[in-house]
Amino acid sequence: MSEKLTVTLPSDLEIVMTRVFDAPRALVFEAHSRCEHLTQWFAGGSPGSTMDCELDFRPGGRYRYVETTDDGSVHAFRGEIREVVAPERIVQTFEYEGMPGHISVETLEFTEEGGKTRLTTTAVFTSREDRDGMVSSGMEEGAGRAYDKLEALLRTLV
Amino acid sequence: MEDQLSGIFAALADPTRRAILARLADGEATVNELAAPFPISLQAVSRHLKVLERAGLIVRGKDAQWRPCRLDGTPLRQVAEWTERYRQFWDERYARLDDYLKDLQQKGKTDE
Repeated sequence: MSEKLTVTLPSDLEIVMTRVFDAPRALVFEAHSRCEHLTQWFAGGSPGSTMDCELDFRPGGRYRYVETTDDGSVHAFRGEIREVVAPERIVQTFEYEGMPGHISVETLEFTEEGGKTRLTTTAVFTSREDRDGMVSSGMEEGAGRAYDKLEALLRTLV
Repeated sequence: MEDQLSGIFAALADPTRRAILARLADGEATVNELAAPFPISLQAVSRHLKVLERAGLIVRGKDAQWRPCRLDGTPLRQVAEWTERYRQFWDERYARLDDYLKDLQQKGKTDE
């Protein structure tokens, strides 16, 4: 039902993701704005993982998410909410506590498309090394699968 | 690994260099052949080739006069793998959000 996730690297400091959800915009926005919702979907990279959530959802407010996987490893993320325009836009900083000081700025834009919602997330890093390091910060769960076709890759990069 | 990736990303950040790589995906070529489609000097193309060579994206022949360029797909596969891992991580997270949004909408209906 939902449109596939796309990930592009429009410049060497950015990652842009887009995804369409089969739900009204207000609801998709709501699911990003409160701990009672975030704990239901944000964590869970492995079965049995749990998430502690603190979120003061207003400009200047802070958040901290701590994910504990069933094998006992802990990943904590924190940041500041910079901008809230319900139900259109959230701007927040993101920092993985395993790599403190490497702070990126994420802009989430929610647009309505015929009852569905397109979410576009732009993450801007302060250096290429920070962006490229993202994958090693708690993302080891997803097993790598290389494209066989070089053309497919070049299309995503152009 | 990450430093190497940074060099590859930097090399790929330029549209002319990506066009050169796309051309080399069709087979090896000389500097003159590569320069033909671009409104830039041979020297500028040579500079781009040096960046691509340093990043390990292309290999150049030994022949001093022609030095044909050839694509090396290995680093590009690393980038593809990196992007794919990132995509897969978020794909799984968003699949959970799909399910949760469905639950919320069903709950909304029964509450009415």
